Amino acid sequence: MWRRCLLTGMLVWLAATPASAFVAYVSNEKGNTVTVIDTNSWTVTKTIKVGQRPRGIEFSRDGKFVMVAVGDDDTIQVIDTKTQEIVDTLPSGPDPELFTQDAAGKTMYVANENDNTVTVIDLEKRARLGDIQVGVEPEGMTISPDGKILINTSETTNMAHFIDTTTRQIVANVLVDSRPRFAQFKRDSSELWVSSEIGGTVSIIDPVKREVTGKITFEIPGLRNEAIQPVGIGMTKDGKTAFIALGPANRVAVVDGATHKVLKYLLVGQRVWHMDFTPDEKYLMVTNGVSNDVSVIDVAAQKVIKTIQVGELPWGITIAQP
Amino acid sequence: MFRWLIGTIALSMVATGALAADPVEIHIGYLGHAGVRSTLSLIQQPADNDGIAGARLAIEDNNTTGKFLNQRFVLDDVKVKDGDDVAKVATDLAGRNDYIITDLPAEALLTVADALRDRGTVLLNAGAIDDRLREQDCRANVIHVAPTRSMLADALGQYLVWKQWKRWLLVTGSHDQDKLYADALRRAATRFGAKIVQERTFEDTGGARRTDSGVTLIQRQMPVFTQQAPAYDVLVAADESEVFANYLPYRTWDPRPVAGSAGLVPTSWDAAHDQWGAVQIQNRFVKLNMRRMTALDMQAWTAARMIGEATSRTNSGDPRKVIAFLKGKDFSIAAFKGTRLTLRDWNLQLRQPILLADGRMVVSVSPQEGFLHQVSELDTLGVDRPETKCKLQ
Repeated sequence: MWRRCLLTGMLVWLAATPASAFVAYVSNEKGNTVTVIDTNSWTVTKTIKVGQRPRGIEFSRDGKFVMVAVGDDDTIQVIDTKTQEIVDTLPSGPDPELFTQDAAGKTMYVANENDNTVTVIDLEKRARLGDIQVGVEPEGMTISPDGKILINTSETTNMAHFIDTTTRQIVANVLVDSRPRFAQFKRDSSELWVSSEIGGTVSIIDPVKREVTGKITFEIPGLRNEAIQPVGIGMTKDGKTAFIALGPANRVAVVDGATHKVLKYLLVGQRVWHMDFTPDEKYLMVTNGVSNDVSVIDVAAQKVIKTIQVGELPWGITIAQP
Repeated sequence: MFRWLIGTIALSMVATGALAADPVEIHIGYLGHAGVRSTLSLIQQPADNDGIAGARLAIEDNNTTGKFLNQRFVLDDVKVKDGDDVAKVATDLAGRNDYIITDLPAEALLTVADALRDRGTVLLNAGAIDDRLREQDCRANVIHVAPTRSMLADALGQYLVWKQWKRWLLVTGSHDQDKLYADALRRAATRFGAKIVQERTFEDTGGARRTDSGVTLIQRQMPVFTQQAPAYDVLVAADESEVFANYLPYRTWDPRPVAGSAGLVPTSWDAAHDQWGAVQIQNRFVKLNMRRMTALDMQAWTAARMIGEATSRTNSGDPRKVIAFLKGKDFSIAAFKGTRLTLRDWNLQLRQPILLADGRMVVSVSPQEGFLHQVSELDTLGVDRPETKCKLQ
């Protein structure tokens, strides 16, 4: 009897915490808030008030904190994931937008749109280590899987800058199409993808040769070319499938990671910006800047299964274990 | 002797090394005209460096990019005064520069274009909005960065029609350019289905724009001038000469909004524009020039950036290659308007969205939703390919 009771109790407990329960944090650029979403029930569980113009958002490597760049307050705020409250700030340069961390979670690199620099921050000491001069309007930030090369894209210079993380010197500059906004490496380091919002393309860069080896272009029947503006990129860990947000085209392109062919277009909300996978890669969530919602994509089925209302002008998103 | 020879070789090696490291210099001329026009509103009075300040910012931006490509951009600006031989000034400037950005009236621009035609110098027109420069008087060596009157009028017309303000009372000034603007507005009304219910002319009888008791008089004049009009939704004013339009808002006999040369104004740029990353350039501009950015500043910035963009894409200091790229199908430029800007190949006019601003805020951006086009929605603004009178030569 007692045993049965315990068993039932355990079953109930197991059912209540299914394996797919993750937490998504969405930055709302106009609302000055971060929306917290439970990915089991797909419901909003909390709205956190943050500083002005929150955009870039990412979990710390240990999962204990969420960091959000609040550009108009010239800082990065740190949210404790347990209490879901702001506990600290980081000394970024003026107008931080996007940032990236090294694998150990010790160093952070921040793109400061206003003064053509990338700021280096020691995350443990929460202190500024220095600045790197880059092109006009730095934006996209990513780090190579081996941690040796930092990539920054500059929107008006139209380049991907390759920065040696040891010397903090620029070692190469690769010209891409207009207004490069986001950069992502394949996990096996074989390719670097850079989206160009105004150019309307995604450049495939060979990270060894440091040159553009291919370009992904998009064509959507009935839609004028100028409306196709690639921004956020999401790639599965195996590198086989990529998703590219196309901004005011209101679609996410599904791209074959090997052949770079567009497989299909998924209709989402208005002005789709950025995206993140659930850690099990079952779902991909994308932010829709103008329609104030987030679309949930079933990765295997390549279908939009849900739309969740968030705050005003959602921009960035990050997902991790609760 | 032998030692001397070695010395010479070593010296020449050093010299070659230095040459290889020297950046490619790209010289851009800026030809403006002296004397600023007087505006009704004191806060709209253009600065002395209106336009050139935008080109200077673009040179800084080009040089930030240029340091990664070993390219250096240099600006050389000259102003012509009334009575100067503009062709001679332009020829001198062309001797020192690969390209010339111009802010000149239509007639002077044509004189310069024809004077420099055989040298192959390309002009980038940042200042003149006259349609004729892109139509019957178009030139193969002039790229137009400034929007045309018809593009501005169409941008306004689309919005007013979208707003269902379709009955217009058109008030035109008595100067030539006012009449040209009125022509463009009439054309817009016809294209987009608005109706001009009545036209009035405001005669410029002279008089100062600054007086000590001006408001009292204007407050009596403007209601009287606008009374007894047929039913209308919006007063559209064509007053490029700055004689009356800015006196109209809040003073019309009937309580109606004002648009055109005052009230809701179509423009290529506004200091309040903050969408699509524009805050970045607004901040950079204020930091460099200690004032806010005007439409002319933006047009000059775009012109100098177009040269920078084409120079980095071609990785060349050869103006022929750069111009071929600018005129080719792969050229586009990002200019904080939410879409790429490209050149109309039939008359070298830059396609661009037009802002509608009221002096404090950007109210809307045209083309408006629903105005469709088979090539580019930006071609719903201004004179389109099938109607063009331009034969480039």
